[in-house]
Amino acid sequence: MSRLVPFFGFLLLVALFGFGIWWNTRHDQREVPSPLINKPAPAYALPKLDDPAQTVTREAMLGKPYLINVFASWCVACGEEHPVLMSEGQRIGVPLVGYNYKDEPDEAKAWLARHGNPYGLVIADREGRTAIDFGVYGAPETFLVDARGVIRYKRIGPLTPDVIERELKPAIAALRKEAP
Amino acid sequence: MSAALRRVPFALALALVLALCCGVLSAQAIDPLPFKDHAEETRFQHLTRELRCLVCQNENLADSNADLARDLRHQVFDLMRQGKSDAEIKQYLVDRYSDFVLYDPPVQGSTLLLWFGPLAILLAGAAVVVVTIRRRSRAPAPATAGTGANERSPTDEGDDW
Repeated sequence: MSRLVPFFGFLLLVALFGFGIWWNTRHDQREVPSPLINKPAPAYALPKLDDPAQTVTREAMLGKPYLINVFASWCVACGEEHPVLMSEGQRIGVPLVGYNYKDEPDEAKAWLARHGNPYGLVIADREGRTAIDFGVYGAPETFLVDARGVIRYKRIGPLTPDVIERELKPAIAALRKEAP
Repeated sequence: MSAALRRVPFALALALVLALCCGVLSAQAIDPLPFKDHAEETRFQHLTRELRCLVCQNENLADSNADLARDLRHQVFDLMRQGKSDAEIKQYLVDRYSDFVLYDPPVQGSTLLLWFGPLAILLAGAAVVVVTIRRRSRAPAPATAGTGANERSPTDEGDDW
């Protein structure tokens, strides 16, 4: 019996190795869990992309849930995500706010003109200072903010039809249930 | 002719190496922060070395050329200028980017295995060694040679391993 101990030890290692492979195929090692979930969105005051004289603040956006989608014209993955926003944006059921991240305003406008503009409102953060408060570390990222200004869900990486169905829509439905 | 041709890949490789070096050097030069003295610079370097770049996650903030790393370095510098302590600056980043930004994860429930797992494995190994040696020294030599497999097994086990 004791001669089998090394064999069982080996099986244990094989099982551990297999589990590691299985785990890594299902989890993105690079994904940083946001500590901001279920916390109030950071205070922000950012100019509109098409009219920099107007400023949008967190307070002004209170009262209705909305999605903040971080994008930039230089961001390749944003280009992949964009058609999804164009087709699904209207059906998501909450306003879509574009967050133009560290971009040249002219290039951002040209990019939206070329690919279409799925956003009801686009705010611009040229320096990326506010983005640090949001814990943005790469575009695209998407935040669901509820009526009280609390971040309820965050997606790192492109929204896909699958992610929208599996994660975003249930999160929005949960908000609806809470609403009086 | 052929010798000249053969030199082309070498020249290309050399050019590439030089280009990369220049990239690194210029990156250091492009991002100069107005430190007021050496102590402040040392503190800054020490602090950014303990923080992880979120974009290229195997690099620290001090070494990374990523755009976000540059922004975060500036942020760290500004916070230092505001008189924040190292702990406060780390907390500022943890509040936004989670414990992930720290190269030394804090000791808490979810990291106990990480911190003490190796020690536990070491102790388990030591326990096995101690038990094996005790059994072996306790078992009288003739009995081991003379009797059946059952009694010999602990010693054999040690030999097999």
